[in-house]
Amino acid sequence: MNPFALIGRFTIAFLSEIGRLAEFAADALPSIITPPIYLRLTGEQMMRIGYYSLPVVGLTAFFTGGALALQIFIGGDRYGAESFVPQIVVLGITRELGPVMAGLMVAGRVSAAIAAELGTMRVTEQIDALVTLSTNPFKYLVAPRLVAAVITMPLLVAVADIIGVFGGWVVGTQSLGFNSSVYLKNTADFVTNSDVISGLWKAAAFGFIIALMGCYHGYHSKGGAQGVGGATTNAVVSAAILILATNYVMTSLLFSR
Amino acid sequence: MAPPKIELKSVMKRFGSKVVLDGIDLGVQPGESLVIIGGSGTGKSVTLKCILGLIHPERGSIKVDGLEVTRLSSGAREKVNRKFGMLFQGSALFDSLPVWENVAFALIQGHGLGRAEAKQIALQKLAKVGLSKDVGELSPSELSGGMQKRVGLARAIAADPEIIFFDEPTTGLDPIMADVINELIVKTVKDMGVTTLSITHDMISARKIADKIAMLYKGKIIWAGRKEDIDKSGNEFVDQFIHGRAEGPIKMEIVR
Repeated sequence: MNPFALIGRFTIAFLSEIGRLAEFAADALPSIITPPIYLRLTGEQMMRIGYYSLPVVGLTAFFTGGALALQIFIGGDRYGAESFVPQIVVLGITRELGPVMAGLMVAGRVSAAIAAELGTMRVTEQIDALVTLSTNPFKYLVAPRLVAAVITMPLLVAVADIIGVFGGWVVGTQSLGFNSSVYLKNTADFVTNSDVISGLWKAAAFGFIIALMGCYHGYHSKGGAQGVGGATTNAVVSAAILILATNYVMTSLLFSR
Repeated sequence: MAPPKIELKSVMKRFGSKVVLDGIDLGVQPGESLVIIGGSGTGKSVTLKCILGLIHPERGSIKVDGLEVTRLSSGAREKVNRKFGMLFQGSALFDSLPVWENVAFALIQGHGLGRAEAKQIALQKLAKVGLSKDVGELSPSELSGGMQKRVGLARAIAADPEIIFFDEPTTGLDPIMADVINELIVKTVKDMGVTTLSITHDMISARKIADKIAMLYKGKIIWAGRKEDIDKSGNEFVDQFIHGRAEGPIKMEIVR
């Protein structure tokens, strides 16, 4: 195999995938604002995407906050900076780890579920059936999931922020010898609105990515069980990578001086 | 003669380098039942999907009631699709909804009926295909294949369409259930006076539900005529197909 041909083929495949995705997003976005808008379906999706993700996101945030507190204490010890645990925990959780960890966990849960559901609907002709019943699949299937994910992800991350800080406080007070009220006061004095809000913006963007990847890969899946399996994997992997890349871009934009 | 309800002219469709439809010409008159027969992979399903706008042909014209539908906006497409009902090969019932909501789907989503009213109509339609009220509350996955087909039929006729498509209506059913479905199709079609276009490779079904039969082979209509004439078509491809012979001009691509 000619290596140049290989590079060319890979590049073309990559670019055409981006093109298809952009086309999909361009079809999906207008369907969010044009009637009919399926409020009941959007509500159902908010339950499935947001509410049912609470346990997994909460646990992730708790242990991440705890581990962060330990690491900062041990690392800070080298410079005599171990007393900064509360400040760095709250900063790390609200700005980076809250949105990113929640985003990755929800990507695993929700992108996969959406891709599997829409993929199965595709291969069993249920999506075609929607069209024959005068229902636009973008409005009926894609728009409710996109809206639900964009609305619920910031709420989930707000909860994750609180639980993450709580995780740090538990470790700080129980095993690192911090005084509880001093820990909480340092946290509250240090954190600013913009720390939290920047994380919530990220969460909304990640929510969009999660739902879009699930819908896109599910909607275009073909070839039976194997195709749906592949769509599910691709949805999770691409959502996770896009979340991490978007996180870097948003960090550099939101915190540039 | 009345203008055709559906008219296809030199419709071409290819997937990659494979030509699936190679210039299809077809007309369906109002109130007529046309059945397209042909082997697997000859482009029968693609023809239906082109008419529904699920697949866009590269070339050719498709008219529904005289309106060109190959390049419609999605809003206009939805309006045209209100004329259609379709029974899918695998029934394609929505497994997230109970049976009655499947049947009532077009009424609630497309026509904006209230749920209670739509449910009444859905139960009437279910009765029409011989299913009781209790079935309406079940989930599609709890039904047998034959029952799913009947629910699919009830869903296809629920919004009183002008045109109904049947995609392999008897495939995968036992001979008796197949005949029940055929009977139901003939009966509902006669009752409603609708135009139907069916695709099948089941000749018993084709003879039962068709007024006219067209045979599709390698992306072209190679014969079309009244069903009474199919036994004296004089076309050796048609003869081979309707008698189900392995030997003849149609060669299966089998490595021996």
